Amino acid sequence: MSTRPAPAHRSPPAWPSGTAPRGFAALAAAGAAVLAVALGAAHYMEEHGHVVTGMGNQVVWGLPHVFALFLIVASSGALNVASVGSVFGEAAYKRRAPVSALLALALLAGGLMVLVLDLGRPERLVVAATHYNFRSIFAWNMILYNGFLAILVAYLWTNLERRFVPLSTPVGILAFVWRIVLTTGTGSIFGFLVSRQGYASGLVAPLFIAMSLAWGLAVFLLVQGALARWHDAPVPEAFRLRLRRLLGVFVATVAYLTAVLHLTNLYWAKQAAFERFILVDGAPYAWLFWAGWAGVGTAVPLVIAFHPRLAGPRATTIAALAVIAGAFAQLYVFIVGAQAFPLEIFPGYATSSAFRDGAVAPYVPSLPEALLGLGGIALAYLIVLAGARLFDVVPRGIDAPAADGGG
Amino acid sequence: MNPVDTSRRAFLGGTAAFAGVALAPGILLYEYAAAKAPGEAVSSAVRWGMLVDTTRCASGCTACVDACHSEHGVPKPARPTDAQWIRKVELKDLRTGAVRSAPVMCQHCAEPPCVDVCPTGASFKRADGIVLVDRHTCIGCRYCMMACPYKARSFVHEPTAGQKTDTPRGKGCVESCNLCVHRVDRGGTPACVEACADAGHRAIVFGDLNDPASEIAQRVRAATTTQLRADLRTDNGVRYLGL
Repeated sequence: MSTRPAPAHRSPPAWPSGTAPRGFAALAAAGAAVLAVALGAAHYMEEHGHVVTGMGNQVVWGLPHVFALFLIVASSGALNVASVGSVFGEAAYKRRAPVSALLALALLAGGLMVLVLDLGRPERLVVAATHYNFRSIFAWNMILYNGFLAILVAYLWTNLERRFVPLSTPVGILAFVWRIVLTTGTGSIFGFLVSRQGYASGLVAPLFIAMSLAWGLAVFLLVQGALARWHDAPVPEAFRLRLRRLLGVFVATVAYLTAVLHLTNLYWAKQAAFERFILVDGAPYAWLFWAGWAGVGTAVPLVIAFHPRLAGPRATTIAALAVIAGAFAQLYVFIVGAQAFPLEIFPGYATSSAFRDGAVAPYVPSLPEALLGLGGIALAYLIVLAGARLFDVVPRGIDAPAADGGG
Repeated sequence: MNPVDTSRRAFLGGTAAFAGVALAPGILLYEYAAAKAPGEAVSSAVRWGMLVDTTRCASGCTACVDACHSEHGVPKPARPTDAQWIRKVELKDLRTGAVRSAPVMCQHCAEPPCVDVCPTGASFKRADGIVLVDRHTCIGCRYCMMACPYKARSFVHEPTAGQKTDTPRGKGCVESCNLCVHRVDRGGTPACVEACADAGHRAIVFGDLNDPASEIAQRVRAATTTQLRADLRTDNGVRYLGL
């Protein structure tokens, strides 16, 4: 194990000769292998058409969208630490702003890759980039996503290039505002869908913002822990404990907004059948909602975040993993469950047809879909890995006592 | 007496035949011009629509479905991934037990959610109310399918075969009922309307909702008709009678 000097702040060169972290090539090769398999799966889907996926004409968005939405929403939240640093001037957070921004950039790139490769005509990306329908929130999101990538690059630059450090605060504030708008836009992709019982609510956008705060912080905690181990630069205990408690607050916020969304629906007679499907008898969605999201994704991290005897680093890692597992369960219910429930085209009538009117749509994800989704995670992993190798983004040394004094 | 000049006769015959071949398309075009001349822009003075009389629509009859898919080269649907431009829905009133049957296709909304959400503008509405997909700019994101209240759109999940010249189709794009726009622009009626009449039901009436003298305008004026999901205020071009 090499010992490194403990600079007061990030100071070039990133890696004094002979002290580069171990195993970069092997770690990169592992990520590249997963990414290559994912690209192969996308090519297979492209060649054969979406008939090789589990998606059809009723469940039109499936597992790739669960992965993509998770990555895009978590990207916005991964910037939490940078935002607290740049917007609110907290020194301990500011030191970790580069990791936070790098992770946000990586997650967004991964999510966009999955989204684009799932398109029926991914080669028409240039069409999407040159034809905009400004009534479409989807078109606005393309601008928001690309803008966010550009702002994140600028933010990283102002953090890593000493001459530009004074600019990091205004750029950080811009990034903070942009990410709130971006997640509002992502939530509104669903919130604006007036015809589906599971969406069509103004609550979806704030719910997505709350989810981004929780999911992004959970991913940040995992990445921070992994980078600390890789670089032999332990995360100060006090800082980890602050994030652990913050994670608990964010998870509670998601739980509150989710409860309000469902309670509102339960009050409306026209939504009763849909709520019964999601919460009681729609397999596997009700099970995923209660065991996956409410149990693993909410109760477990809440207990860990606030129980004084569960303050160790391992418990924090378990809490973060539980939040991520719960996020996938929640997104699966939200995206797939809401589509599986039949559209009510003829209120007051029982319907049947050769196109499964009135029937719950089956959806079984296929292997290529899952591999494509994992490819998004692999791309995000590779970007973080390469970024941490190329730039001095991992803070080493001791935080000033005042910075970690809070708690 | 001079011998008859047969070469002159042959020349005259050939000329007449040539003139006939040259003029025939023009005469046909003259007929079509009654609807819309080629190159002439469609006008919002016209609002194409259909009236489905569910009291005349026979349960189990799929003449409209078969005619539509045959007209557009869409294979007979069998799986959830197969395209369905039109489908027959069997209805049972939950309170009275009354049974109805009705075809459901793109409702050609005046305020189409699919057009609102399409990021590239591939989903669009013509001035005469026909909602279409531009196959050159559709990127296959399926957001329009998420937005459509009627499940009227299908995604082409695999390579296509047996395409018709009037209906370009392609793997990876979204498609739906185009109100047989190629027929309508030539002054004809949609294939489903024709097939329903041929089957003896006459349950679907096609015409210009804006023309007070048209059969469809008179019938929607005479009887209460229903727009599917009228609560969404999408102002559908397809109306239902007897629901």
